[in-house]
Amino acid sequence: MATERRGDSAGAAAPDRELLTAADVTRTIARIAHQIIEKTAFEPDRADDVVLIGIPTGGAVLARRLAAAIAEFTGTAPAVGAVDPTLYRDDLRRKPARALEDTAVPEGGLDDRLVVLVDDVLYSGRTVRAALDALNDHGRPRAVQLAVLVDRGHRELPIRPDYVGKNVPTSRDEQIVVLLAELDGRDGVALRRAAGA
Amino acid sequence: MRHLLSVTDLDAAAATGLLDTADRLKQALLGREVRKLPTLRGRTVITMFYENSTRTRVSFEIAGKWMSADTVNVSASGSSVAKGESLRDTALTLSAMGADCVIVRHPASGAAHRLAAWADRDAGTTGTRTSIVNAGDGTHEHPTQALLDAATLRDRLGSVAGRRIGIVGDVLHSRVARSNVFLLATLGAEVVLVAPPTLLPVGVAEWPCRVSHELDAELPALDAVMMLRVQAERMHGAFFPSSREYAVRFGLSDERAALLPEHAVVLHPGPMVRGMEIAPSVADSARSAILAQVANGVHVRMAVLYHLLAGAPE
Repeated sequence: MATERRGDSAGAAAPDRELLTAADVTRTIARIAHQIIEKTAFEPDRADDVVLIGIPTGGAVLARRLAAAIAEFTGTAPAVGAVDPTLYRDDLRRKPARALEDTAVPEGGLDDRLVVLVDDVLYSGRTVRAALDALNDHGRPRAVQLAVLVDRGHRELPIRPDYVGKNVPTSRDEQIVVLLAELDGRDGVALRRAAGA
Repeated sequence: MRHLLSVTDLDAAAATGLLDTADRLKQALLGREVRKLPTLRGRTVITMFYENSTRTRVSFEIAGKWMSADTVNVSASGSSVAKGESLRDTALTLSAMGADCVIVRHPASGAAHRLAAWADRDAGTTGTRTSIVNAGDGTHEHPTQALLDAATLRDRLGSVAGRRIGIVGDVLHSRVARSNVFLLATLGAEVVLVAPPTLLPVGVAEWPCRVSHELDAELPALDAVMMLRVQAERMHGAFFPSSREYAVRFGLSDERAALLPEHAVVLHPGPMVRGMEIAPSVADSARSAILAQVANGVHVRMAVLYHLLAGAPE
């Protein structure tokens, strides 16, 4: 959910509640990397079988971090890519035209590979739905799994993550702010009350 | 963005935004078996061409289809225009049928602006907000051509800003030249027009570019050279002594192309008259980006349709 990130001026009224420190983020990514290795039966000599696809922008960064962690633990990195779901969104007509983000499908495509879709925050599930449709147009993966750093609930579609960094019960007027060093200069996850709430 | 009528409506940020969208659309379709995006499902795009065209009309149609819009083509011959219907009535009719976007090419300069004014005024009557895209109006503008040229230059040269681009030939009759001069200047390029004095429009001194009559003197310092077609169909007088003399002085021959720097790119908006403004061997050489221009045309037009039609009305 790109909209969950980095909007800091509006909600300055209440202080953010820190959910994950920078060290927690690193630990959480390492844990998810271990779970992916286990659940996908990742083996260095069949590394080609697994592809991590991030949803820009936060998910794409997380996918690269997960791949680096997997390389650290097994000696081999899985393929990494990104798929921008914007063109497949169901709410395009509700807002002015959005800027598109990078799409980069790794060499060899997605056919018959195990795709782990990666996003920073899972909320309504609509972004993931759009990303699944986009994946479908790029090829036919053997299976698709979902990894998220934060699951904040409020699903509007039957979508369930396979790997969760942290479950955070939220109300709809709260915001999850995910900071990543590559984009924001530091790591961290915080809960923010909406302005005026 | 409601209409796309002129490149002068675009500032550097808006133009760069369109080029970025075009790049991302290209990425999104790269290497795919199914070149179809659901983005404009349920939108109706009508092309209305009062002048001949192959690449512009087809590339708008493909752009619409790849984004799942319903595209309909109307040409002046074979429509009610042949029975004497006015531009305004034809446009109103298309609007009343629910056209979300009308892409128009017309021999009269300013035709797209008139259509846009009518579309805005009549939106209440017809019940449809119709966006107008100028696909070439007389000798005035051809904004999507300039955008696809800028996209091609960005691909080949890495950037447009700070580059020196020569535009050579029949500038007087060329909407492509006019749109390119203004767009490339907006994007920070240095533009040089090279043409015989008879083929330069009145008022060219006010354009954001330099004018030269000596092609050979300019070529060694150009990052790209854009050759224009000599538009014989718009010429009702003697603009130069003979085709042969024109080709000798302003045609891009092999010898001339050799004067260009190593990295320089050759562009042509098409259709080419081989042997007149450009030698066949140059048009087919490695430095020619003419087919890349055509390919980029589809992505740039997809980007224009995306910005006009995908989001909520502003």
